[in-house]
Amino acid sequence: MIDKTVSNVSLALKGVKSNMTLLLGGFGLCGIPENAIAELVRLKTTNLSCISNNAGVDDFGLGLLLKQKQIKKMIASYVGENEEFERQMLSGELEVELIPQGTLAERARAAQAGIPAFFTPAGFGTEIAEGKEGREFNGKMHVLENAFKADFGFIKAWKGDQAGNLIFKGSARNFNPVMCGAAKITVAEVEELVPAGTLDPNEIHVSGIFVQRIFEGTDYEKRIEQRTVRPKI
Amino acid sequence: MALDKNGIAQRIAQELKNGYYVNLGIGIPTLVANFIPKEINVEFQSENGVLGMGPFPFEGEEDADLINAGKQTITTLKGASFFDSATSFAMIRGKHVNLTILGAMEVSQTGDIANWKIPGKMVKGMGGAMDLVASAENIIVAMMHTNRTGISKLLKKCSLPLTGVNCVKKIVSELGVLDIGPNGFILRETAPGVSIEEVIQATEGDLILGDEVHEMSF
Repeated sequence: MIDKTVSNVSLALKGVKSNMTLLLGGFGLCGIPENAIAELVRLKTTNLSCISNNAGVDDFGLGLLLKQKQIKKMIASYVGENEEFERQMLSGELEVELIPQGTLAERARAAQAGIPAFFTPAGFGTEIAEGKEGREFNGKMHVLENAFKADFGFIKAWKGDQAGNLIFKGSARNFNPVMCGAAKITVAEVEELVPAGTLDPNEIHVSGIFVQRIFEGTDYEKRIEQRTVRPKI
Repeated sequence: MALDKNGIAQRIAQELKNGYYVNLGIGIPTLVANFIPKEINVEFQSENGVLGMGPFPFEGEEDADLINAGKQTITTLKGASFFDSATSFAMIRGKHVNLTILGAMEVSQTGDIANWKIPGKMVKGMGGAMDLVASAENIIVAMMHTNRTGISKLLKKCSLPLTGVNCVKKIVSELGVLDIGPNGFILRETAPGVSIEEVIQATEGDLILGDEVHEMSF
């Protein structure tokens, strides 16, 4: 067994520097690497390029990095729900690249899988295809998209073991598995870290080979963005 | 009488067929889930990684790890599954999802759709809309026929930045049901009490009358 465990978040983020490109898992505030983000806030690294489906809310998630002006460029598919983000974007302080959600997922997966680029129909004929190579397959036009290149990937899982194997819960899975192994170093934080051999190999969602460092996170807030319920009858 | 949002959703629900996997966009499309005929089985896909999405949870049973693409807390039904975002869009681009229902700011008579960006206003992003419209075999747009000042949103050519080209197949608005044909919009049905003339007036693009234009039935 190759042990991937590090004892705390500060060791997990060793080597993170300003000007780096980061991949961050999560959809909205669901399944985001809360501990890694808190550590980035503490480290105060700046000029970061962040690739994440969303950009958090004003006082949580990537919003915490935006507040300290640590992010230079944001690559995302949807960035609503965040006033500070809007202010920085409109004033030109923050560079924003919006890309289709499926393309975002596939650019991460391509990086993970060693595929430098791929053709997708998403966005053909729209402004996001401008300047990109187009090609016809089976009578339909497609756009050439590149794999991401990133320095660190921060992902969050439900359970993990010493070998870096991961299991996700519910829709908190989202972008996390496809971002594993898509950056030079993948750091996984888990709610529960167990000894190797405890998890059933049949139940593993992501193999430890895609993870360089794993640690058990603390104080998960797991904030709900839109609490929608129906009354009990 | 023009339809309200629930009326539009109720009419769209009639387009669902037994065995369909369906992706519902935010807004009116979400309401479609309330009008599924009892005799058919469909499953709802949410692009953040859920198939077999159920209703909102009972109060006190919300789970932060279980949301839909609108970031709302949800539940799952029997037979549900979870998966990652790349797999989710494999279902979408791979045409495994049978029907996509989404909203629009504008639709053109050639099936172009604009629903993500208004120049000069805050742009929030396209989310999964570009992937959905580029790939779905069957796309139904739920939309209002005109804006608040009465200007048509069914156009010869979209004026807003596009989400996708030549992709919309059918539109259900408060005034009627229209298909996209080779020579423009084809009127199929009118909303109860709405005249053909009213639909013509509200449509800027070329409008052709279908063979047997009739009133919607519920």
